[in-house]
Amino acid sequence: MTSLSRILAILVKEVRQLRRDRLTFGMVVGLPVMQMLLFGYAINTDVRNLKTAVADQSNTHLSRQFVAELAQTQVIDIVAAMETPQQLETLLRDGRISVGVHIPHDFDRRIVDRTRAASHLLVDGSDPTILGVANQLRSMPFGFDTGAVSIAAPRVIEVRPYYNPERRTPVNIVPGLMGVILTMTMILFTAVAIVRERERGNLELLINTPVTSAELMIGKLVPYILIGMLQLALILGVGRLLFDVPVRGSIVDLYLAAFAFIAANLALGLLISTAARTQFQATQMTVFILLPSILLSGFMFPFEGMPRVAQWLGEVLPNTHFIRLTRGIMLREASIGELYGEVLYLLGFAVVAMAGAALRFTKRLD
Amino acid sequence: MNREFAIEARGLTKRFGDLVAVNELDLDVPRGQIYGFLGPNGSGKSTTIRMLCGLLMPSGGSAVVLDTEIPGDARLLKPRIGYMTQKFSLFGDMTVLENLQFIAEIYSYPRRERGDRIEELLERYDLQEQRKQLAGTMSGGQKQRLALACAVLHRPELLLLDEPTSAVDPQSRRDFWSALFRLAEAGTTILVSTHYMDEAERCHRLAILDRGVKVADGTPTQLQANTGMHVVEVVAEDPYHAQVVISDIPEVASVTQLGVRLRVLIPEEFGAPPGIVDSALRRAGLKAKAECSSASLEDVFVAVTLKPRKAAA
Repeated sequence: MTSLSRILAILVKEVRQLRRDRLTFGMVVGLPVMQMLLFGYAINTDVRNLKTAVADQSNTHLSRQFVAELAQTQVIDIVAAMETPQQLETLLRDGRISVGVHIPHDFDRRIVDRTRAASHLLVDGSDPTILGVANQLRSMPFGFDTGAVSIAAPRVIEVRPYYNPERRTPVNIVPGLMGVILTMTMILFTAVAIVRERERGNLELLINTPVTSAELMIGKLVPYILIGMLQLALILGVGRLLFDVPVRGSIVDLYLAAFAFIAANLALGLLISTAARTQFQATQMTVFILLPSILLSGFMFPFEGMPRVAQWLGEVLPNTHFIRLTRGIMLREASIGELYGEVLYLLGFAVVAMAGAALRFTKRLD
Repeated sequence: MNREFAIEARGLTKRFGDLVAVNELDLDVPRGQIYGFLGPNGSGKSTTIRMLCGLLMPSGGSAVVLDTEIPGDARLLKPRIGYMTQKFSLFGDMTVLENLQFIAEIYSYPRRERGDRIEELLERYDLQEQRKQLAGTMSGGQKQRLALACAVLHRPELLLLDEPTSAVDPQSRRDFWSALFRLAEAGTTILVSTHYMDEAERCHRLAILDRGVKVADGTPTQLQANTGMHVVEVVAEDPYHAQVVISDIPEVASVTQLGVRLRVLIPEEFGAPPGIVDSALRRAGLKAKAECSSASLEDVFVAVTLKPRKAAA
């Protein structure tokens, strides 16, 4: 028979231990703030100031004007002038520049000849982001002050970025980052929770008392749900304060979505806890889940662009569904009702993982 | 209902892969007594205790613990037994008081009497000054007293203690045992495992385990009277050489040196034991005195753990 007072006893014990465990307590607050600062400032897909060298073999009035206009875009930052394209290649290989601009000696003639490119960009393709940015340069309009010819091609498509018109990266990153941070802390805390008691010998005492598996699991989970909610508030606060990330939808919807997500992660952590023999193993297994949660969830790369198999794997991970929810609610002003499929998946995941953990956890040592 | 014995085990067996940790163990533990398990490390003491409280599933055999079948529904048994693990298993990052409160809560001890009960235990086990101290920072003896206090808090009928005194000093051990006697007088049945002879001697009854097999059981006096061995004590000037000489006597089962004294065990079927030893020593030209002696518990232990080896040879 499940007893509420026993659940409460386990819960109080967890909170007491948590309060005295400075490292874990520091992780509750420190980890989200640290990650927010790191990711928020470091990840920037809005690239500027690429190091560039120019080899202007034409060196005419027109070519110098062309280079000046390139520099004005602020996408590139001209750091050196070279003589030949071979020299540009050397600099590129050494990693001292990301872009090389080669202007052939017949630049003036080529620019009116629409069958040939007037100049070449040598781009470090080892970084796809740089390649993408360099591609944008291709469509840069170039006005001649001679006014003789206009080569600006008619624009077929105009792009209007909805929901993030300034194209600021933090607005895109922070909703996803919430999922990554919660995945990391929630799974880790609970994955270690039962293993630690096994290692310290507490479990041998506990399973000799009338405590049931369900009481033990629930008592251990509830404090972490509250911690997860606290972390969420912290992330939203930092996002608002430092990066001006909006919450356009309902904050209640966001918390409901987070509740389902936290429950799924905690249950997964408990499942790990019943499989791992040592705290070290539990930590390893957490990393094993965390990496795909970053890479395959749509946090780093657009989900639709991934190969089919990677999409299937990503679809299993709770973080994939949570990121769809947060981006929807925070940026697109969607309501949780419009995204109910994602919530249902998260709740289902929590129930299945919880059942698995309760089945695996026997009150015996063999 | 209410059988004479708190624990009755028949053919209890536990295998871990190829290893037989406990082999066909029969056990009768009378109510209200202190019953000892004596044996070296790896003799199956812990495994047996863990099977009796439902922590391990027996590979064979069965037991009735407090009128409850094992293996069976161990849940009904949990509130009626107290268990003290070999390793300190309370929460080191909680205070003495918090640990006791937690245990009281877990066993659903009546809320109104809880405070009085905890005060009583703090007093009896001399932990009043430590009530606000984190359990992990206490000495071995204090930890052990706290563990006992937690194990008996809910007034269990049966107390299972797995090598409770392995990490404490002699004075703490004495205090601990007087606490056990008080509990037994109040009607608690206590099963305690140990590898100390002096502790085994204090038990009302004991079983000697060797490599998973029960090799002897009874009261300490019974065991000492029925070793099946003559015990000869030899005081020699040169105990080392005397030991070599005595070991060569074909009738001798074992020789143990205790300082300048040697304890010699000779099976009862051979008569006139001091004579055999005396003449062998004189032939070797060693100055020594051999006298008959009564068996100590250590002699019993040596004698019973010796038998299977001789039989196998």
